[in-house]
This record gives sequence, C-alpha cells and structure tokens, in this order.
Amino acid sequence: MPNTINIPTPLRPFTDKKEAVEVSGATVGELLADLTKKHDGLRKHLYTDEGKLRNFVNVYLNDEDIRYLQKEQTPVKAGDTLSIVPSVAGGVS
Amino acid sequence: MALSLGAGVDAAIRSHGAETYPNECCGALIGRDGVVTAIYALPNTTEEGPRRRFLVRPSDYRDAEQRAAHAGGDLLGFYHSHPDHPARPSQYDLDHAWPFFSYVIVSVRDGVSEDMTSWRLREDRSAFDPEELTHA
Repeated sequence: MPNTINIPTPLRPFTDKKEAVEVSGATVGELLADLTKKHDGLRKHLYTDEGKLRNFVNVYLNDEDIRYLQKEQTPVKAGDTLSIVPSVAGGVS
Repeated sequence: MALSLGAGVDAAIRSHGAETYPNECCGALIGRDGVVTAIYALPNTTEEGPRRRFLVRPSDYRDAEQRAAHAGGDLLGFYHSHPDHPARPSQYDLDHAWPFFSYVIVSVRDGVSEDMTSWRLREDRSAFDPEELTHA
C-alpha cells in the first residue's frame, strides 16, 4: 500500500499542483527518494549539494518531527503519512 | 512578474515593521493570482537575535497555509522587515528561501518604515530577482 506525502504550497508547482503525492518505500528516506524520483525539480529545494535535508525543511511522520524519531532511517508502515512543512527564515545578515 | 498589494496591505506591513522595531517582524501574504488581499502577522520565533533574523516556525507556517485556504485564497509568500538596513535580501535570506513565494522586505530606519521591495528566488537558487510591487 502506498504512502502519502503532503506537499507545501511553494513546492506544488513541481508536483503538477498536487497537494499530496503517493509514494512507496520502507523508510522516510525511501519515501522522500521516491518523491524526488517522480518530481526531480524538488531535489535542490529539499536537499543541500551534499545530499542532506536542508535545515529549514521539516518532515513529519504523521504528526512527529522525524528529527525526534530516527530521522530519514525512520521505518514507515502502510498508511503512514509524511508532511513536508517549511520553516521560513531570513534577516538582515 | 509583479505582486499587487490590495487596499490596506502596504500600510499594514509598514505598521507591523514599525511596531516591532528594532526587531524584525514577519508575516504571511494571502491572496490569489498575484494580488495580496490580506496579511497574517506571525510571531518572530528566532533564537538567533530578532534584530537581525526572523523565523516562522513550522506550526505557524501550517496556520498560515490553513488560513489562506479558509479565505479561499493561496499563500503567496512572506514579508519581513530589515531594521536599519536596506530593503534588499541578504545571503541569509537567499540561503533559506523557498521557490515561487514572494518575499516582501520593508526597511525600517529609526522606527520609521521606508522602502518596500519584493523578491522571488530564481529556480536554480542562485539569486533573488526583484519583483515589481504595485497597488491594486
């Protein structure tokens, strides 16, 4: 059974305007990899050049921040939902 | 590209910037088809010094997206102030920007809001491009 990833507004132009995308995999990292395989334009906005999730990209498994689980190694079950939620940051320097 | 500010939006952003001076203010831009019809002021939750940084935490981001949907519109972007600095994006702004959002910056000098500009991230993340600001 596929899992669902909820996509925030600024990334929807990369997913044909879809608010949610169906993906498959056994871990959070595999679901995200499946997402970027299907929608390659997302990759540079989610990951640094070194392949790490950007620090203002928050990923929730159901309602839990994956930083407090096993990060991208967190296992997923059928029907679990991932959500990508932005932090928005900036400033004068 | 151009971003149009509906009635009262320009004044509301300037007023928020003056109110939080010397700290940075931040908030969401809500509207549709390039016209901002409302702003949603958000708390600046940075722990790195609010005089030079702002942070919209994910729970507030979610609220803003839901508020836009309930209003029948879209989240078009975010605004923030640059206290005693020009209304130009910093490297830090660039490093943390999301695509397709408008980033409105208001410069606040000695507590008085001055220049206001709007910017969009280039799709390759290399720079911001200025976006014309108009008034609906």
